[in-house]
Amino acid sequence: MQSKTEASLDKTPALKICESMGQITSDSLIPILQQIQDAYGYLPAEILSEVSKQTGLNANQMYGVATFYEQFHLEPRGRHTIRCCRGTACHVKGGRQIINAIKRKLNIEEGETTEDMQFTFETVACLGACALAPVMVVDGVYYGKMTHRRVGFVLDSLETVEKETT
Amino acid sequence: MNTAAAKFAAPADIEAFSQAVRGKIRADSKVVRVCIGTGCAAKGSRKIYELFRQAAEQSMDDVKIEAKCVGCHGFCERGPIVVVEPGEILYQRVEEPDVAEIFRETVLGGRVIERLLYEDSATGTRASKAEEIPFYAVQKRIVLENNGRIDPARITDYIAQGGYSALAKVLSSMTPEDVIAEVEASGLRGRGGGGFPTARKWRSCREAKGKPKYVVCNGDEGDPGAFMDRSIMEGNPHSVIEGMLIGAYAIGSEQGYIYVRNEYPLAVEHLGTAISQAREMGLLGKNILGGTLSFDIEINRGGGAFVCGESTALMASLEGRAGVPRAKYIHTVESGLRNKPTNLNNVETWANIPAIINRGGRWFADIGTKNSKGTKVFSLVGNVRNTGLVEVPMGITLRRIIDEIGGGVRDGKRFKAVQTGGPSGGCIPAEHLDTRVDFDELTKLGSMMGSGGMIVMDEDTCMVRVAKYFTEFLQKESCGKCTPCREGLAQMLHILGRITDGEGQVGDIVRLEELADLLEGTALCALGKTAANPVLSTIRYFRDEYDAHIRDRHCPAKECRGLFRYEIDEEACKACGICLKACPVDAITGEKKVPHVIDQDKCTLCGTCWEKCPFTAVMKV
Repeated sequence: MQSKTEASLDKTPALKICESMGQITSDSLIPILQQIQDAYGYLPAEILSEVSKQTGLNANQMYGVATFYEQFHLEPRGRHTIRCCRGTACHVKGGRQIINAIKRKLNIEEGETTEDMQFTFETVACLGACALAPVMVVDGVYYGKMTHRRVGFVLDSLETVEKETT
Repeated sequence: MNTAAAKFAAPADIEAFSQAVRGKIRADSKVVRVCIGTGCAAKGSRKIYELFRQAAEQSMDDVKIEAKCVGCHGFCERGPIVVVEPGEILYQRVEEPDVAEIFRETVLGGRVIERLLYEDSATGTRASKAEEIPFYAVQKRIVLENNGRIDPARITDYIAQGGYSALAKVLSSMTPEDVIAEVEASGLRGRGGGGFPTARKWRSCREAKGKPKYVVCNGDEGDPGAFMDRSIMEGNPHSVIEGMLIGAYAIGSEQGYIYVRNEYPLAVEHLGTAISQAREMGLLGKNILGGTLSFDIEINRGGGAFVCGESTALMASLEGRAGVPRAKYIHTVESGLRNKPTNLNNVETWANIPAIINRGGRWFADIGTKNSKGTKVFSLVGNVRNTGLVEVPMGITLRRIIDEIGGGVRDGKRFKAVQTGGPSGGCIPAEHLDTRVDFDELTKLGSMMGSGGMIVMDEDTCMVRVAKYFTEFLQKESCGKCTPCREGLAQMLHILGRITDGEGQVGDIVRLEELADLLEGTALCALGKTAANPVLSTIRYFRDEYDAHIRDRHCPAKECRGLFRYEIDEEACKACGICLKACPVDAITGEKKVPHVIDQDKCTLCGTCWEKCPFTAVMKV
């Protein structure tokens, strides 16, 4: 899940995905996009046109679907993805404060990525872990019963791990 | 019969296999069951399982000890939950350092560790078994019965508990018509929110012309505050698959789809494992159990759009298109997925089917109220003491769910409302807490059953903000196809926004009601038609809060910024200087040993002092 610059994009993973799908119909569109995104971290425009060429799927339709569903991203993503729940249970338990604390901490808005490409922050309608509200998920790890104080703690610890490993 | 990798060739094989598996379990065998549902996993239960597994492997005990991952127990508030057999001793809030003690004392020694048992905060009594805990005692578990008992990744566990026996029964002794009649006798209604009679849907689809026919499981649980489908898919995926198999037989379908939210990776994983195991054992594929039924299931990961929970939008998404609903006059049972007859049911509906076939429709119909039969799973969350998943018989009162199971409102606050039915539902105030929960009663109160989210709100929750929250949610999620929903919600949000900003105008409530009326009458799909319910129900029961915002520029719950002030409680203030340093506009004055004071003219109401004060001396007034 690395973000890459446009110049270094390797088309092999995309070609492999197209090949592995077998017979391609319009039904396969969403699964293909999901796999492309898993491989590249987002949906790069040039890869999409390559997929369109390979499979005969309409590029316009591809773009329509990619922009309709929240799951798809047309821009490169940060190294870490922070997803904060804005579900009802989280709302009632002060989820907005958590969202504000993350925004303040990273100095970005919802859906944006920090300049150093470290963090992408997004909100989700509901993460379905309502018993732990308010909840945030960092790179697939759930953090329940969040407080604005813990936001700083969790994000700082990520940055520390980062520095230690590099 | 051999219990290793068997392939079933006839219905009778299942019972034989089940007996063989059960026969291998010795009466004195010891099992440690660790919940790995999302709630417990977030608190580190995977690591706890791993420690138990290592301990069991290294154990020199004569009796075989097994550590097992199981699905959600429902009592997420008290997780991670560990249950030790024999004795069914339930330990809650287990942490890594407790593992060694549990293993030594309880697993090997058979002694109970008091400290880890559930303690009733009112009476001080401790409960060693689930059924002794009030949270479980009031519940009636049908769908969730095996959650927390079986390892969702092992089909043998499910079969040992009687799994796939309903399929065997159907294939060996029932015609498709018999199956539909049995479901009809049960009175089962769709659990996804609509409450449409399941048997009627099945029959229409069976009788519809056209082939192939499709069976779809709606696992796009989008309602914020609801996670019962997630727990079923994660904790007992085979019950959904078995339900779909029985439905496919009744309807005459050979292909099924499970549409799962992308936010539920564990559900996708467990369903995927379950499907491949079922294929290996001959429970999915061609000529199932040697008969004429051929059926297979594919999983589709949803794209993250709330509207895809709507049946026609979901089918559009399965076809690889943007999830946009279509008009309802074309029934999906006649022309659904790829314009073929399609029967779509919710996860919980499918999971009810095996029990109905095994125990009979009449047994199911004996539970519940006149028009709402059986049980319903609710996710009881928000400002309630015991949050988690609860399954109760239809007809139980809201008060019993919230007070007896939920343990009442947390932190000694006063109850204000309970929100049911997700964004299409409404807020029910205290005076209606004795309402019996079923499809019709909740609708009468201006709310609805929905998929089963139940969010308790305390006195600190601003009801206008709740209405605004839902409207904002729906406005974001509206697909934009029809004008009333796209534009109407935007206008409603605009009005609610100015009310919570303290700029509400006289007549705003009437404007909201007019827009709500328009939406209900003219929107295309259920999302738009019911979108105004949160606004209407809060106006109906909490009109005084709207009035306070508009007329007095005051938020009674002190949630809307600008509609209340911050003050420092002189007696609680320790004069530590933290708020003073943190204030970005230097509005706080004070010295050492002198209680601090906020200058209301300078204060921008940012709330930093309130967040930072370690002594909760900053108050909202």
